[in-house]
Amino acid sequence: MNTITDSLRSGLWTDNPGLVQLLGLCPLLAVTSTFVNGLGLGIATLAVLVFSNALVSATRRFIRSEIRIPMYVLIISSLVTCIELIFLAWFPALGRSLGIFIPLIVTNCAIVARAEVFASRNTVFASTVDGLTMGAGFALLLCAIGAFREIIGHGSILARLDMLFGGKVLPGLTLLDGGFLLAILPPGAFISLALFVAGKNELDRRRLQRIQDQRRAT
Amino acid sequence: MTDAERKPPLWNSAVILAVLAAICTALVALTYRTTAPRIAANAQAYLEQSLAPVLAGLSYDGKLSESTIIIPPPHELPGNEPVSVYRVFADRKPVAALFVVSAQDGFVGPIKLLIGISASGSITGVRVLEHRETPGLGDLIDSSRSDWILQFSGASLSSPEPSRWAIRRDGGDFDQLTGASITPRAVVKAIRDTLLYFDAHRDAVFATTDSEQADTGQETH
Repeated sequence: MNTITDSLRSGLWTDNPGLVQLLGLCPLLAVTSTFVNGLGLGIATLAVLVFSNALVSATRRFIRSEIRIPMYVLIISSLVTCIELIFLAWFPALGRSLGIFIPLIVTNCAIVARAEVFASRNTVFASTVDGLTMGAGFALLLCAIGAFREIIGHGSILARLDMLFGGKVLPGLTLLDGGFLLAILPPGAFISLALFVAGKNELDRRRLQRIQDQRRAT
Repeated sequence: MTDAERKPPLWNSAVILAVLAAICTALVALTYRTTAPRIAANAQAYLEQSLAPVLAGLSYDGKLSESTIIIPPPHELPGNEPVSVYRVFADRKPVAALFVVSAQDGFVGPIKLLIGISASGSITGVRVLEHRETPGLGDLIDSSRSDWILQFSGASLSSPEPSRWAIRRDGGDFDQLTGASITPRAVVKAIRDTLLYFDAHRDAVFATTDSEQADTGQETH
């Protein structure tokens, strides 16, 4: 059980692929203009990461160092193609909205990094858990930045959730009248990510400070 | 440990890769076969759904995708790509033609427009299919962002006349957008050029293909 909590803490916080490792920034910055786009790409990346970790781990006895990269590429690209077809079949509106960024999951270095660093050296179970927690960490960050930019840029939140769950077109909740345009433009993506990274570092610093204060007090 | 064990032969790697490639290909093929019918149905539904707004509620025969023609470049339509035209017939008489053209002179890259023109030459509706104009400024041409694009419905080459087909700032009859003039200018020009093309080539656009003519022949006897 310990491995699961450790893996959870590492994936969601201490080794978060987006916030700490700064991997997969291209999709992270490009699609997070709304919450539903972030959630959609987050789910797609999570699914690819779980299955690629499981597959790489299951075949790790056959992996030889000189052909390991072609093997990862084969596994990851096949999985991404499958996920893209599944999106186009069952979530066509979201598939159109994310466009090229679903196929581009292939190039998300967070996935090949987990295959190389973790899945090729650990059991199938541990690798699947690692894929889940790392994927969840990435997906949550995508959702958080998407929500942040949507609130500031459009003044609304949760618009177009119908693209994921079907049903009628949902306009979302309007919080502000109009929005601050910069947030949904590319610079807004960089600024938002920087704010999130800075926020995380500040929280970490305060926690460390508290622990040191306690030590000094005793 | 023997030498053979420490360094397995090269063909070993090749076999592993080949087996993995076969497995992965099978996985993709299986997913493709499962999803292909749904994806095709989605594409068809999306096409009908996106053509509906420019049809102004007209009823028509059969499926729109089956009466498509493609006009190859060079042509006098906006853009230099092949242009798809969805021809709308009711009781085998031409009702309208829907053009998919790209306005080339947008602010950021081409603006893909769907322009519906009735058989009598007036606009049944215009929608923006794809664009990369600035959010908050140029993107107001998109019907989901503002009603700007709706002002073209009912317009034709006689109202306003071709010289008045411009935004107000340029002395024309169409509203502009605050903070963006390049984008609306490009859209107005593309619609006017499409109307001019339709005016000159109306019969060719609605000309039935050989197979359809054979069909009509059977019907009328």
